[in-house]
Amino acid sequence: MRAFLLRRLIRTVVVLWGISTIVFVVMRLSGDPIVLILPPDAPTAEVFRVRREMGLDEPLWVQYLVFLRNAIRGDFGQSIHFRQPAMAVALERIPATIQLAVAAFALAVVMAVPVGIVAAVRRFSLWDHLGMFLALLGQSVPTFFLGILLLLLFAVWFPLLPIGGTGTPAHLIMPAVTLGAFAMASIARLTRSAMLEVLSQDYIRTARAKGLKEITVILGHGFRNALIPVVTIMGLQFGTLLGGAVVTETIFAWPGIGRLAIQSIFNRDYPVVQATVFLAAVAFVAVNFVVDLFYAVLDPRIRYE
Amino acid sequence: MWTRPATSAELVLPRRPARRRLARIPIPVAFFIGFLLILVLSAVFADYLAPADPYRQSLRGRLDAPTWLGGTTGALLGTDQLGRDILSRILFGSRVSLLVGFTAVIIGGLLGSLLGLVAGYAGRVADEVIMTIADTQLAFPLVLLAIAVVAVLGPSLQNLILVVGISGWVTYARIARAQVLSLKQKEFIEAVRALGGSDLRILFRHLLPNTLSPLIVVATLDLARTIVLESTLSFLGLGVQPPTPSWGQMIGEGREYLIIGRWWVSVFPGIVLMLTTMAVNRIGDWVRDVLDPTLRNV
Repeated sequence: MRAFLLRRLIRTVVVLWGISTIVFVVMRLSGDPIVLILPPDAPTAEVFRVRREMGLDEPLWVQYLVFLRNAIRGDFGQSIHFRQPAMAVALERIPATIQLAVAAFALAVVMAVPVGIVAAVRRFSLWDHLGMFLALLGQSVPTFFLGILLLLLFAVWFPLLPIGGTGTPAHLIMPAVTLGAFAMASIARLTRSAMLEVLSQDYIRTARAKGLKEITVILGHGFRNALIPVVTIMGLQFGTLLGGAVVTETIFAWPGIGRLAIQSIFNRDYPVVQATVFLAAVAFVAVNFVVDLFYAVLDPRIRYE
Repeated sequence: MWTRPATSAELVLPRRPARRRLARIPIPVAFFIGFLLILVLSAVFADYLAPADPYRQSLRGRLDAPTWLGGTTGALLGTDQLGRDILSRILFGSRVSLLVGFTAVIIGGLLGSLLGLVAGYAGRVADEVIMTIADTQLAFPLVLLAIAVVAVLGPSLQNLILVVGISGWVTYARIARAQVLSLKQKEFIEAVRALGGSDLRILFRHLLPNTLSPLIVVATLDLARTIVLESTLSFLGLGVQPPTPSWGQMIGEGREYLIIGRWWVSVFPGIVLMLTTMAVNRIGDWVRDVLDPTLRNV
């Protein structure tokens, strides 16, 4: 167990280092941020002073080392746009995104798992076909278009829900559905196929033969054993969710980290971009780590040596 | 009583060859194949099919409703904020979606398959390095990376294709690697090596052909992803630049006019986009069922 944890930890550090490096390179490729900070007619002396202050007069590799040293301490520099520490700016937006992501994810799981189970148990029935058609639809509609359709339907044609922003639970509905749709579709499809596989096993027949209630057979013996692939896809979907948050938050003016990331990219506010991407990656790695640990709970045969 | 063990020939279930199974196309799949064919043809022949010039603006005919909803300019699907014919722009916009979608799949597929083959074949160090890079990319919110790269390099068709293509290599690499790992222990590879076949020969003449069918499955399903990613970037204003039409960009531009009830600007290109990704997904599912049913989780 300890060896496994150690290996995972090393890998995580390598991954986070890789991500930080990619972001550093990409953002530096875009040229001098000075032109964005100072007015075009700023005196040359002023340009040099700010450049020195921000360390932009050093060679690139020095900037990189300084960046790494500070990143380890969680210091991603000052936001160019907000004039505050970049990490603080990013952290401030985290609760809104977590709220949205958790709502979307909960919605996806609560809707998708029953649909997948019913579709598998009543294979080729009307419910199966309907459920899988909806899943295909959910998997195919681009996030931004789903957002627009919901806006049109529930904010313009039938003004039931607020058009954007946050505050009440009603504000959360459309963004959560928009963000959760893709994960919902994937989880439903995978639950169905995992269940189909499990339900054809001998021990299911045995369970039925010894006279267990059908619901116990399906949930206790069937679903319990179908959980591993389902939980895996949930972990991976969480990454997609973070990416989707960028689009969803932009459409619904949700003050989360995705919208901040987009705005910072357009503002070329490197420090904030670096901080947001870093936080997103940490979240993704952490979730999948938890998923890995969860395997051992789901299947006692799995041991981490 | 002793019975003769069944020989392998007897154990093989009668299995219809892939070509025969392809002949039975389910009706929804046939419908979607038809839809994609029409789409490709209309992209190629947009010049002849479009009812109007997709670039011609008309200040008088701005945001005009579709004819069947009382529009006065005679545009079947209405006009956009500059008075341009939406149907014509959808037809021309399909060129961008299909071009970026297909070329990106080819780029990602080639890159990923190659790296996967190497990772699976070339030994521990190459494997570690390549798979760590893959993990890094998986931990990265891809949309964000794509946005950052395009925002930095500047939005253009080439950058779009490159970013969307490269972003997809990991799945191909994982599949190719897994196939190679299981195949390279097999006897026929041993035999080739014993006969003096070089590594390159083993890789490209013997391993690659045997990994091809799962890779084709991945590529088909990946096409939906590339088309969606292209339209997402275009929606955010990072795709092909105006006035060249693309679906994502049309949907994005129409967003402002939803509130005042001019929904057709966004909704019609969106419906075509959605049908396209649905078609690709459904066809991809079917290709997978025919070629390689074990790949259920891709």
